[in-house]
Amino acid sequence: MAKEKTDLVYGTLDMLILKALQHDPRHGLAIADRIEQMSKDILRVEQGSLYPALYRLEAQGWIKAEWGVSDNNRKARYYTLTTAGRKQLAAEKEHWSRITKGINLVLSGA
Amino acid sequence: MPRPCAWFSRLLGFFRKRSRDAEMAEEMQQHLDLLTERNIAAGMLPHEARNAALRQFGGVEQTKEIAREQRLLRWADEFVQDLRFGARMLLRSPGFSILAILCLTLGIGTNAAVFSWIEGILIRPYPLVAHQDRMFALIGTTRGAERGGLSYPDFVDLEKNSTLFESFIIDRIVGTTLSVGDRAERASGGLVSANYFNALGVQPMLGRGFRPEEGTGRNAHPVTVISYLTWKDRYKNDPEIVGKTQYMNGVQHTIIGVAPEKFHGTFIGYSFNFWVPTSMQEAFDSTGYKMEDRGARWIEGYAFLKPGVTRQQVQAELNSIAQRLENDFPETNRGHEVELIPLWKTPFNGAGNMSPTLGITMAVVFFVLLIACANVSNLLLARSLLRRHEMTMRLALGAGRGRLLKQLVTEGLLLSLIAAVGGIVVAYWCRNALVLAFPSTVPGLVVDYPGQIDWRVLVVSAAICILATLVFALVPAIHASHVDLSGALKTEGNGVLGGTGRSRLRSALVLVQVSLSFVLLAGTGLLLQSLAKMRNANPGFSTDVIVSVTDLFSAGYNLERAKIFHTQLLDRVRTLPGVESATLNRVPPFSYKVYSSAPLEIDGYQPAPNEQPTSEYNEIAEDYFATIGIPIVSGREFARTDDERSPPVAIINETMAAKYWPGKNPLGQRLKIKDRWMEIVGIAKNANYRTKLEPPGPFFYVPLRQNFGVQNSLLIRTREKRGAITNALAREVHALDPNLAPWPASPLQEQIDEMSYSQRLAVTLVSIFGAMALFLAAIGLYAVMSYSVSQGTRELGLRMALGAGANDLMRLVMSRGLILTTGGIMIGAVAAVMLTRLMGNLLYKVSPRDPLAFGLAFLVMIIVALIACFLPAWRAARIDPVQALRT
Repeated sequence: MAKEKTDLVYGTLDMLILKALQHDPRHGLAIADRIEQMSKDILRVEQGSLYPALYRLEAQGWIKAEWGVSDNNRKARYYTLTTAGRKQLAAEKEHWSRITKGINLVLSGA
Repeated sequence: MPRPCAWFSRLLGFFRKRSRDAEMAEEMQQHLDLLTERNIAAGMLPHEARNAALRQFGGVEQTKEIAREQRLLRWADEFVQDLRFGARMLLRSPGFSILAILCLTLGIGTNAAVFSWIEGILIRPYPLVAHQDRMFALIGTTRGAERGGLSYPDFVDLEKNSTLFESFIIDRIVGTTLSVGDRAERASGGLVSANYFNALGVQPMLGRGFRPEEGTGRNAHPVTVISYLTWKDRYKNDPEIVGKTQYMNGVQHTIIGVAPEKFHGTFIGYSFNFWVPTSMQEAFDSTGYKMEDRGARWIEGYAFLKPGVTRQQVQAELNSIAQRLENDFPETNRGHEVELIPLWKTPFNGAGNMSPTLGITMAVVFFVLLIACANVSNLLLARSLLRRHEMTMRLALGAGRGRLLKQLVTEGLLLSLIAAVGGIVVAYWCRNALVLAFPSTVPGLVVDYPGQIDWRVLVVSAAICILATLVFALVPAIHASHVDLSGALKTEGNGVLGGTGRSRLRSALVLVQVSLSFVLLAGTGLLLQSLAKMRNANPGFSTDVIVSVTDLFSAGYNLERAKIFHTQLLDRVRTLPGVESATLNRVPPFSYKVYSSAPLEIDGYQPAPNEQPTSEYNEIAEDYFATIGIPIVSGREFARTDDERSPPVAIINETMAAKYWPGKNPLGQRLKIKDRWMEIVGIAKNANYRTKLEPPGPFFYVPLRQNFGVQNSLLIRTREKRGAITNALAREVHALDPNLAPWPASPLQEQIDEMSYSQRLAVTLVSIFGAMALFLAAIGLYAVMSYSVSQGTRELGLRMALGAGANDLMRLVMSRGLILTTGGIMIGAVAAVMLTRLMGNLLYKVSPRDPLAFGLAFLVMIIVALIACFLPAWRAARIDPVQALRT
């Protein structure tokens, strides 16, 4: 089943994580789940690159982490989007849509 | 402010790598557990589920390592980025950068220079000497706290009986006259114990140090080690110098070694020219042979403690040895103790006088640094307004506020690093500047107050630099990181009177600057006034009396020849035209020579059980009191007939009369020194004998002709000019002995000035640094006022359009500047009242709250403020309302 999934475009993981956290705080696995679920299982998050990305975003001040308890009563680190993170997400979305629009235009051209 | 805190905790997190790692491990563990559970729920067996989870996750350790690297790289990366950006910003506004760097260079440079002086003069004063942290000055005290030296027999007993010391050394300053061609030059040297060079760990550059046997045997070992400077200047770097001879104080000395270039001896204030062993004591002390006299306390020296031994332990041992000596030798050692003193308080060289002066100077330059920081803060605040657009943009693009803060601090650090380098260069130039305050009056002597720039000075400078950055960069940086996005979009219209937080902050900085400058001004005023008072204080004798010395001792005169020479010279001088009176004395007042001192026995005075009456005295010829101008209160002055053939007599001062003959007439009473009874024939008015600061104490005089010594000075009261009398004296001395030349004659006033050098040095240093501080504060005030005028152009234009005249606007700006200044002065006055008390020991008959000094400081501050505000005010008055309102 792994074969059918697509690896992420380089550099988009940060943006997807921010998006996954847009409404609710989540822990690491839930973020990966959320991305797969939102992409209707097309996108697959490499678990090994998830945490470096999370720490990177945390260091940038775009997300912040707190220890909490998960649904099944487990201790987990929950990540929340910060105000700066929200702005960053908006900026990256804008950037992304311009790029894809451009790429689409190129690819659909005669 | 949550942002800087978060940044700080992140920074801390960088250093607390371990706990961060633990947290990371736990988080990943939880993740794996969740995956495993999920797999079990999907129907896998527990161990399969675990393995699958691990496969899904990938390498846990690799992930951790990537995260770790990422953290470190990011930090370094951002730093380099900030640094480059900062450098670009500094280059973009060179005017700002240069002004800021100059201010900081001044602040850091003065601090580094003063610290290098403290290091080189007080903390590690002796280059090449090992273990100065375990080195203490060794002195003798008489119960009742009078400080003096040790006697040689006591010193030997101390060395023999102590266990906690690595070594003791003797280092007694001595002098001689060396002939250089047909000129005579003075040379200073150390009479040292034979272990001197070994104990210090200093190896002579050529030849050898002293051998143990060379320390003893009366005049048995005429050998000397000369300084590098003497070797270079006097012997022109002669490589064959060892084994040659040098004639000193009538004795042919064999040169056995040359000290290394950096070694200047162990005496703060002079760089020594030569060293001789203690066996040669008699040849270098005009008051006679003392090596076997337990009562003659002439030794100054140092002690090295064994490693790990405390000063308390050592002092206890010294006390018990002194107690034993007191029991064994009650006549000479009653009440005598031995004491260790830290090097920086050494009483027998320049350290004791320099330490309060340098302490005050350190405080003053710290103020200069604070004022400089306030100036740079001010400049940064003004610039942060110009950079508000940039900051807002970066914030809007998602930069963390902490990141901006870091950027600003990095820029500040860059500024202060450049300034620190400049400051160290300044300190290096100034390291020997203190010598300039001590013009050497005697040719040949090398006055030496070296600063030393070593790693400790560099570390302190670096610390000052970082401290300065935190002080000046953090205030505007925190302020800037509070940029409010929506607010920043609106135009900021600063009024001249009102103001936003930013201009309030700038005003606060000026307030600090003005108050610090005021403290320095008041301090300078106090010191100047105290110096003037000291100069004008009457020492009790006339200060225009001329002193002249001819060094008979170095020329090898014995007592008989010296007696004839002095008697003939005095007779000749008395007949010189213009000479009103002339006399001889052994020690002129306010000189570096030491008065005779002896235990007293007094007819009809019963001392308390623990008391040993002692007094200093001087040997003087007839006409002394008439010449020097000290009035005789009752009785008579010495006559020429008070010589060896007549009964011994003495003249005492008023304090002595009151102390030992209370309510009685001392005239005709007797006192005994050195087994000789003397009749008191006169009472003289009190005078100052060594400094104007000394408290009045007992003192007496004995006739020179009953106590002749080889070395005496001539005192002359004359109407002639100094040059004329110098030439006349040289002629007369030459007529008596063609091989001799007198030292240049000088009035007593010059000697008095020389003795007050620590006060003069303090005044000089505090004035220079105080002026610097005032100048910096004036720049600060000017910057703030001209800034507020340029910001308030609209408001000023409006006021003008509504009918305000040029004078009104000028008054408006000036009054705001003056309000700031007055506020600063009031704060400063309160601080000054508290701080100037610490100068107590440098002040002479001046209250630390002297109204004149404070009033003058107030006046100067106001005048400087008026000047600083005038230009901005004048500019305000010339604003064209039409243009001001249109922009």
